[in-house]
Amino acid sequence: MKILVCITHVPDTTSRISFTDNDTKFDTNGVQFIIGPYDDYALARAVELKEANGATLTVLNVGLADAEPTIRKALAIGADDAIRVNAEPSDSLFVANQIAHYAKEGGYDLILMGRESIDFNGGVVHGMVGEILGLPSISPVMTLELDGNTAQLSREIEGGKEQIEVDLPFVAGCQEPIAEWKIPNMRGIMTARTKPLNVVEPVGDETGATLVNFEMPPAKGAVKMIDADNVGELVDLLKNEAKVL
Amino acid sequence: METSTQDTQKAIKGGEFLIRETAASEIFIPEEWSEEQKMIAQTCNDFLDQEVFPHLDEIDSMKNPDIMPGLMDKAGALGLLGTSVPEQYGGFGMNFNTTMLVAEVTGAGHSFAVALNAHTGIGTLPILYYANEEQKQKYLPKLATGEWKAAYCLTEPDSGSDANSGKTKAELSSDGKHYTINGQKMWITNGGFADIFIVFAKIEDDKNLTAFIVEKGFGGITMNEEEKKMGIKGSSTRQVFFNDCKVPVENMLSERENGFKIAVNILNVGRIKLGASAIGACKKVISTAVNYAGERKQFGTSISDFGAIKYKIAEMTTRNFASESASYRAGQNIDDAYDALLASGMDAPKARLKSLEEFAIECAILKVHGSEVLDYVVDEGVQIYGGMGFSAEGPMDRAYRDARINRIFEGTNEINRMLCIDMLLKRAMKGHLDLMTPAMAVQQELMSIPDFGAADEEGIFVKEKKALNNLKKAGLMAAGAAVQKFMQKLGEEQEILTNLADMLIEGYIAESCLLRVEKLIAQKGEANCQVEIDMAKVYLHRAVEIAGSAGKEAIMSFAEGDELRLMLMGLKRFTKMEPFNIKDARRRIADHVIAKNEYPF
Repeated sequence: MKILVCITHVPDTTSRISFTDNDTKFDTNGVQFIIGPYDDYALARAVELKEANGATLTVLNVGLADAEPTIRKALAIGADDAIRVNAEPSDSLFVANQIAHYAKEGGYDLILMGRESIDFNGGVVHGMVGEILGLPSISPVMTLELDGNTAQLSREIEGGKEQIEVDLPFVAGCQEPIAEWKIPNMRGIMTARTKPLNVVEPVGDETGATLVNFEMPPAKGAVKMIDADNVGELVDLLKNEAKVL
Repeated sequence: METSTQDTQKAIKGGEFLIRETAASEIFIPEEWSEEQKMIAQTCNDFLDQEVFPHLDEIDSMKNPDIMPGLMDKAGALGLLGTSVPEQYGGFGMNFNTTMLVAEVTGAGHSFAVALNAHTGIGTLPILYYANEEQKQKYLPKLATGEWKAAYCLTEPDSGSDANSGKTKAELSSDGKHYTINGQKMWITNGGFADIFIVFAKIEDDKNLTAFIVEKGFGGITMNEEEKKMGIKGSSTRQVFFNDCKVPVENMLSERENGFKIAVNILNVGRIKLGASAIGACKKVISTAVNYAGERKQFGTSISDFGAIKYKIAEMTTRNFASESASYRAGQNIDDAYDALLASGMDAPKARLKSLEEFAIECAILKVHGSEVLDYVVDEGVQIYGGMGFSAEGPMDRAYRDARINRIFEGTNEINRMLCIDMLLKRAMKGHLDLMTPAMAVQQELMSIPDFGAADEEGIFVKEKKALNNLKKAGLMAAGAAVQKFMQKLGEEQEILTNLADMLIEGYIAESCLLRVEKLIAQKGEANCQVEIDMAKVYLHRAVEIAGSAGKEAIMSFAEGDELRLMLMGLKRFTKMEPFNIKDARRRIADHVIAKNEYPF
């Protein structure tokens, strides 16, 4: 069995966000990058499946050379090899096209990724990849069990839980509690440098959208405390100052 | 694992920093960690985040005796217990500086850090360095995975700092097949769950200790309840009793009467790694305190806006940065010495021991400095937290209590201060280090007209380097005069030795900090190192002040009349520093840390 896990290279969740170039570029200065947390769940489950089923596990990232430490961390966690598509992951459709191309070329049985990245949080790449490849795509997948050529999945839906049975191959967007994040161990770290990390060039340049600019949310204002007995003042402030009534 | 070093470093001797000018390019700086080393550090961090920090109260409560061995098992599964152990024995054979990094990061782990360091350091290393091949094959793979956990039994109720005075006895059986050990050991870290004990005992009426590898299963081992301690409450600390404990003769470690030497040499590693652990603990406390200072509002503003708080944040950060600079400089020196010895044909364990012995002075310096910086940092951490700092519910309570032991174990700071000077002078006597020539030159300089030049010299740290050089001269002057005065009896003048040690320690730390920043400037450009430049200057100022005061106390303690006046004048000349606006420098440092909202280096 061949498993492909697609990972994003994203700012750590505690990063301070700022922009440069007239608010058209994310300022990466001093920012720590990590494997997207949802992708990390997908990777953790893939490592478990690999250990249980003897699969080969490839990680793929669409990104520039600065993503390589993140990719090597995935190798340290347990992937066998890695592909880096040498391009800025500028938009969902572009990224999905790259994944679909190389996934098809590699003939994978399982294509896993996070339910969404945590930088742009589009949450559409898995659906697009499924569509391009003509494969079922399911998200957010919270459990994934394999039984031969069939997989049992579950996901939470509005007001309940859905159990899904799907034949391989398919695409899944994953989230907790599909597996627990894995900390790379010393052996993994020391063998990561010997595992192949293949850099390939992007195919096509079709994009779905163009970025115009970023905007920071307005700074939080001061909190005004109003006495519980003074409803009139509250209404007045909501009407005239906050202008929400 | 590769780190960038220069060939010239191979020639560096321990203690030589006092008389040799080191180039910035010669030292390793933490900014040069490789991607792999950073990943190793990240694994340690992730482990603490997931397994240790959420359970600190539970760990310290000691209600569940399985929690600490369980953590050790998990650490073992990640490979954290086998970093120093060569691959042939199931470990990872990392270089010394990488194992220092592991000690640093895990050092933030409170009681867990103590258990980990005891197992991987004093528990495992005696076997790694001194055991025969059979013993290594038998014990190291299980110690590297954590299947067996180790403790180190040296201290006894009446034998602490005076380790060789232990009363525990080992008697050879009439058939010559085993030794019977009888005695009592105290303050045994990991005692409660250890499977293997490194035990020091005297065979019959020997003068010196002999070391044994004792398995719990040998029988005859009993223990008292867990000790009730001020801090590191989750670390198992027991009294261990040996009552007719039968140890097969093949479990003697190294040779008869070689135990004291083993103990002393293993402590070198313990000391430098304790310093590294303290750095990790400091970083965590600084980050926590800075975050609180930003959130805590008084008089309508964050308390981090106040100069008095900025002073603390800047000092905490600067002292830790300086300690870190020296730690990895020394760690790399040890690695380079090891590589050179290996290349000269020495076998690996011997080369490791020799390389550590060579830098034993630096190990002692870093133990003292690291533990004292940590105590300063936790103290100010409590202070920044104010009332909440004194609350047992807040994070500073544990940090404050846990820090305190570091000035006591692995040789008290008092013992280590004496050792610094003792080792230095012994090396001078044996001709390993030429302290005589530079000390004479300083005496000569005292008699001559002061040098007012060099004020117009340009370049980075020209003035600072001159101040540093003078600081070393002040140390040489005081030490030289003290040696002349007391000769062999200097050992009895502990107050003076302490003063001299303070001068030595500050000289080494300030120089390391200065060299680190100089190297950083070469890599990143001066404009990108403004905060680091401020830290180097602030630290140097502190070092010169301490050296001035310690030097004065030392000189006043033995010199009289003209000699006293001459030396005091010399001291004043040697501890003069170009004035700079230290308040503004500290504010810039603090502002940088506050903006990052964590320890940022």
